[in-house]
Amino acid sequence: MDQTHRSSDQKFHRRVLESKVGLFTIVTTLAISVGGIVEIVPMFTATAGPERPDWVAPYTPLEVAGRDIYIREGCYVCHSQWVRPMRAELLRYGEWSRAGEYRYDRPFLLGSRRIGPDIHRVGGKYPDAWHYEHMRDPRSTTPGSVMPLYPWLLERTIDAEDVAASVKALRRVGTPYSDQDVANVTAIIRRQADGIVLRLAEAGIQSEPDREIVALIAYLQRLGRDGRRAIEQGLTSPTEAAR
Amino acid sequence: MLVTAVTVPPAAVRESQSDLKPPTARPINPMQYTNPTRVDESVYDDDVVRMFFGATVLWGVVGMLVGVVIALQLAWWPANLGLPWTTFGRLRPLHTNAVIFAFAGNICFAGIYYSMQRLLKTRMWNDMLSRLHFWGWQLIIVLAAVTLPLGMTQSKEYAELAWPIDVLITVVWVVFAVNFFGTLATRKVKHIYVAIWFYISFVITIAVLHIVNSLAIPATLFRSYPLYSGMTDALVQWWYGHNAVGFFLTTPFLGLMYYFLPRAAERPVYSYRLSIVHFWALVFLYIWTGPHHLLYSGLPDWAQTLGMIFSIMLLAPSWGGMLNGLLTLRGAWHRVRTDPVLKFFVVAVSFYGMSTFEGPMMAIRSVNGLAHFTNWVIGHVHSGALGWVGMMTFGTLYWLVPRLWKRELAYPNMATTHFWLATVGIVLYTVSMWAAGLMEGLIWRAVNDQGLLASPAFMDIVNRLDPFYWMRLAGGVLYLTGALMMSWNLIRTIATGRSEAQAPSAAAAVS
Repeated sequence: MDQTHRSSDQKFHRRVLESKVGLFTIVTTLAISVGGIVEIVPMFTATAGPERPDWVAPYTPLEVAGRDIYIREGCYVCHSQWVRPMRAELLRYGEWSRAGEYRYDRPFLLGSRRIGPDIHRVGGKYPDAWHYEHMRDPRSTTPGSVMPLYPWLLERTIDAEDVAASVKALRRVGTPYSDQDVANVTAIIRRQADGIVLRLAEAGIQSEPDREIVALIAYLQRLGRDGRRAIEQGLTSPTEAAR
Repeated sequence: MLVTAVTVPPAAVRESQSDLKPPTARPINPMQYTNPTRVDESVYDDDVVRMFFGATVLWGVVGMLVGVVIALQLAWWPANLGLPWTTFGRLRPLHTNAVIFAFAGNICFAGIYYSMQRLLKTRMWNDMLSRLHFWGWQLIIVLAAVTLPLGMTQSKEYAELAWPIDVLITVVWVVFAVNFFGTLATRKVKHIYVAIWFYISFVITIAVLHIVNSLAIPATLFRSYPLYSGMTDALVQWWYGHNAVGFFLTTPFLGLMYYFLPRAAERPVYSYRLSIVHFWALVFLYIWTGPHHLLYSGLPDWAQTLGMIFSIMLLAPSWGGMLNGLLTLRGAWHRVRTDPVLKFFVVAVSFYGMSTFEGPMMAIRSVNGLAHFTNWVIGHVHSGALGWVGMMTFGTLYWLVPRLWKRELAYPNMATTHFWLATVGIVLYTVSMWAAGLMEGLIWRAVNDQGLLASPAFMDIVNRLDPFYWMRLAGGVLYLTGALMMSWNLIRTIATGRSEAQAPSAAAAVS
């Protein structure tokens, strides 16, 4: 083979890298590692990562159950939870989403597509009964909607033991639930669920506190509320406010 | 199809065995220089290639069919069928997982097992590991097809599968990697060809991405919570997610391009130097680009900006690969007219160039502000998936079938029809989604004279998308129809095609 026309770097590549698989693999591994290390590692250090504010609280056990239903049904496929800092988005959805608001989101559910509208500020926007009807038949509240029906959420029940397992696992990865929270999951769920059932009853809807729809309503009504309150009270950090 | 090439070494090998100067009078390109010793093909394990080949065709049709179903669901909501396991939210992850990991994954493995043995002039290191890899991978796919409709998901895009399946993926990947590096260690050719560089980056990077992104604490058998939370979780996911595109749908397919395109064209790779430069630039730059999925989010600005800048830089090595592929056809362009394999490859590489131009543009912050969350992104993804990945796969399948089964393609004209159906399908798909996406982006942000939203009701936008959704569905149906024709063609070829030994020699260059 004729080597004379090739430059020295090509010769190096050919003689050394291309004939030593171990070396080639190591260099490749280094090449693909740099970007990830530079971008991801600072997220774990206190100064360069996103804010870790004290104005956002962990989800309640019922909200955890609702969030798991939200994930199971793939709601995040069509709805984002991410209001961008743009004029039109503020007008349409409300305050833009601060990093700290996602502090207890495991997994994150920012979404990547808006087949339906963003719902990061949906908490408190509609009454509980609206969500109930919307899941039963989306077109009863939103004519023309392309959303599927979710009637089974009105029938299927959540299992407090199952929710307790989730709460324990979340505590293990760092969500600050107290021993009392973990021990009293059933009672905590019941208290919050009863409130929702009562509000549904006031709107003429009969439901039971252990229904999946109740957990999902609890989660949806929680969305974006801690952040909105903190923004109204000026608690978000000045660096975030200045952006 | 050119069928006699089965027993003929690629042009470059012929050149290296002779004293002939290459036609361009350039120095002999070392890229396709392989050990001139002829090896009896029977030493290779082609059974495993045939298995991955069959799995590619099967899962390809399944994945595309699910795609057509969910496209219909957006145009006509009753197609959700009112059942929990057939709603859009559950089927869309099934579609993405099927086409990425089942369709694209299986052709990568088929192509790697076929080309690697020939490039290294050795059988795969361990037949048992090859089979474990095959059956393990198919088991993962079947588990995905069962668990995703049941709603067992971690919600991270392209990493949805429940934690026990994640563990299984890790085990199967290690099996593959051990066999892969074992084969490299026992190779009979000293130099490793460019296709194998890309395969190495595929094997290594997917392992790193999968493990880091999947770290989670189990709560129950099918539910777990990730170690990362909030924006950190989002960043890790999109570091994974974009590099699933980079290292599952790009680098192994560039490897396939570097092996199968020169062989089909019977031309040497255009530039050795370009392949070195674009390989290293591509693998280094790609990994930085994830944050472009999080522009205008709570991610720190510096990370967003890095993601944007590296995405723009990625245009150069991407086009390096495209140019090296297209210019390899110098002197063979006349054959593109008659050879369906080359038709598929040319369109595939062209769509690679188009979508790797579009991607960096969409990663520019202000453009992303318009495009993000819209159907434009879906159009972009499919110009890469249907155009680059799909067409590369079809070309490779049509090239492989006569060689793996020693048969002539049963219906060569049907392959050309498939090509045109697929091409028209892609155009309908991407054009409709671009138009729909631009419309969504513009209407979402439109503000009237009073400074208020021009279309405050979200439903106004949803209902205007119907014609585009139907047009996209038509494109998808055309593409699926082509894939079904290919399946029929391949099945007939394998089952009843004339064997080459019996075929008249005049049939050598049927197209």
